[in-house]
Amino acid sequence: MDVRTVITGIFLSIGCFFVLVAAVGVVRFPDFYSRMHPAGKADTLGQTMILIGLVIYEGFSFVSIKLLLIILFIFIANPTATHAVAKAAYLAGVKPWQKGDKTR
Amino acid sequence: MFSTAAVLVLIAVLIVLYRAVKGPRIYDRVLAVNVMGTKTVVLLALIGFIYNRPHFLDIALVYALINFIATIAILKYKETGSLQ
Repeated sequence: MDVRTVITGIFLSIGCFFVLVAAVGVVRFPDFYSRMHPAGKADTLGQTMILIGLVIYEGFSFVSIKLLLIILFIFIANPTATHAVAKAAYLAGVKPWQKGDKTR
Repeated sequence: MFSTAAVLVLIAVLIVLYRAVKGPRIYDRVLAVNVMGTKTVVLLALIGFIYNRPHFLDIALVYALINFIATIAILKYKETGSLQ
């Protein structure tokens, strides 16, 4: 088996792990602001890992440059969108969850 | 290998879809739909590698842009009531 394929598989497994954990976190966390945490950070890391695996599989070509552009855009856009959602919710008066509250 | 990764990403999209349907406020739904959109970008790239068609990467790039703009537009409409 090729070394490059093995490295791609490792990166894809790490990325899928982070993406799945982020999805479970979005469902399981108790309130809106804590749900933002997996959606903003773990998700970005997982998707970047998967795309880096694809870049390593492809080698240096036009396709990998497009993949790097997608990675760059996801790194900029995903936390920005999460921040925008958080700001809109804060301005609308959503209260943070405190210990002892009911899960919302 | 790529098919397995694509199936796992699809399972993650299904898990997040639960939050998008149930979410008590509109902000939970917007957040979940944003997460689903960025996962769609990864899924498009993986499908392009599975079927050996690199043109899917262009679609993935455009979808990433549209997804970001859509999130910002929905939030602005909710906040101010118009898109002007």
